[in-house]
Amino acid sequence: MEKMNKLTPPERLELIRHKDRPTVRDYIPMIFDEFIEMHGDRHFGDDGAIMGGIASISGMPVTVIAEVKGRNINENKASNFAMPHPEGYRKALRLAKQAEKFHRPVICFIDTPGAFCGVDAEKRGQGEAIARNIMEFMRLKTPIISVVLGEGGSGGALALGVCDELAVLENSLYSVISPRGFASILWKDASRENEAASIMKITAEDMVELGVAEKIIEEPLGGAQNDHRQTAENIAEFLYKTLCKKMKIDIDVLLNERYTKFRKIGEFEE
Amino acid sequence: MLEDLFNVVKTRFNGTSASAENTEEKDDKAVEIPKDMLFKCPRCLNVIMTDELVKNLKVCPECGYHSRITAEERITLTADKGSFIEFDKDMVSKNPIDFPEYESKQEALREKTGLKDGIITGECTIRGERCVIGVMDSRYMMASMGSVVGEKIARAFEFATENKLPVIMFTASGGARMQEGIVSLMQMAKTSGAVAKHSDAGLLYIAVMTDPTTGGVTASFASLGDIIIAEPKVVVGFAGRRVIEGTIKQHLPDDFQSAEFMLEHGFVDMIVERKTMRRNIAHILKLHNPCKCKEEK
Repeated sequence: MEKMNKLTPPERLELIRHKDRPTVRDYIPMIFDEFIEMHGDRHFGDDGAIMGGIASISGMPVTVIAEVKGRNINENKASNFAMPHPEGYRKALRLAKQAEKFHRPVICFIDTPGAFCGVDAEKRGQGEAIARNIMEFMRLKTPIISVVLGEGGSGGALALGVCDELAVLENSLYSVISPRGFASILWKDASRENEAASIMKITAEDMVELGVAEKIIEEPLGGAQNDHRQTAENIAEFLYKTLCKKMKIDIDVLLNERYTKFRKIGEFEE
Repeated sequence: MLEDLFNVVKTRFNGTSASAENTEEKDDKAVEIPKDMLFKCPRCLNVIMTDELVKNLKVCPECGYHSRITAEERITLTADKGSFIEFDKDMVSKNPIDFPEYESKQEALREKTGLKDGIITGECTIRGERCVIGVMDSRYMMASMGSVVGEKIARAFEFATENKLPVIMFTASGGARMQEGIVSLMQMAKTSGAVAKHSDAGLLYIAVMTDPTTGGVTASFASLGDIIIAEPKVVVGFAGRRVIEGTIKQHLPDDFQSAEFMLEHGFVDMIVERKTMRRNIAHILKLHNPCKCKEEK
């Protein structure tokens, strides 16, 4: 059965855009006992592309931060097609710091084509906002677990991707830039998206092989859209197990392990 | 002295970029007719003599745009003479995602530029102040950040943390190196993590944004300096200008994503001209040197 599920990168690209593929709004009520949403970055505004709040999983309080894909055009308008502005990343950082203060672990759900590219995003420091999150998450004194739900595109994904353990859903993709962007930059032809997806090494298996992810979360046969509840259960099981494991580790040891996890990625010779 | 330096470098420049389309003829041609006698400023579009540009430290005399210089030139302009000691000078990247023709492309660039990758790191003194320095060189794949750039930066910060030294990073980059896929994205986390450790040790990091500082480099260590300096008129931003124009379907104003734009919006501490850069950095270093302050007391 597992064998039957192995799709090619272009097939996965199509699957993660399936209209019934569950989003974080579908998963939250199935994974957590409760969820209280919090808004705003306290500097500029509230970004609908990133939602966050306090939740509990099997009785354990956690902070949840997630990139929000819409399930229809209105939801997508409200969440800007999951492309965050700087205030979204700053909201995420505010909630992460709050989690640190109250000794709650942080759970991040990644699902974005990338950070929003626009004039206002530049004016408000898109680069700085992402950089700050990456650095602060690296030294956040509480466990961080991240899960790629659908697509993880570029720095916009990494801003929620510095963590102690990264899991990727079986058909999700994680990449330095969207395959479309890759084709358009390197070949000046965005239509060669599928070809780009095939050579970029962006699948869940690639992530584990390259040391980027620790765990692949299985999807039901044919993809997550076929059984939302089963997928949510698989995610919940991973989260609970991993949280229990990470919560036992002394925080200084955990921070060192987090640094080393990223420190060792890269291939060079001297 | 600086003029001499640039004259030396200019000769080499003409030799390398004069006839890219015909490499075999390159050497002969460069000697006879230097094609790069004219420089068209990308900011004000004025055409000036290369000689004049070089005399002016490669700053456009018309508009003040600080054009790109090589890492070697930057180190000569910044470090005390003879003080620079290079780190990791033989490090070269592998091909982590087996990207087609990545190795051959790099070999050709190494040949052409004499560089091993997009950054040179090391330690030096600046007006007597010891520091770790990193200089990105856009001639090498737009100094995009892959394994080597990430590793050299991380090691430079780690060395500085161990030896309690400040770090100066001259940034110039097109962003993440596409040819290394997700591995290049992870370098953003690696470098930012090394900056965090250096910062936690109470040490100073000055980022100097030079032309162009964009993408994943802006979204990682370049934006994390305690003090961020930019050279006048250079491009600094996250998303590419063309990408944004494509999204909003409008032409963007010329000063969009310039050093001045970043200053106006609060993401740069100061804009410093090339001719006073060394003096300014040395001054800031002195103000952060606790030993010096104590000695003077």
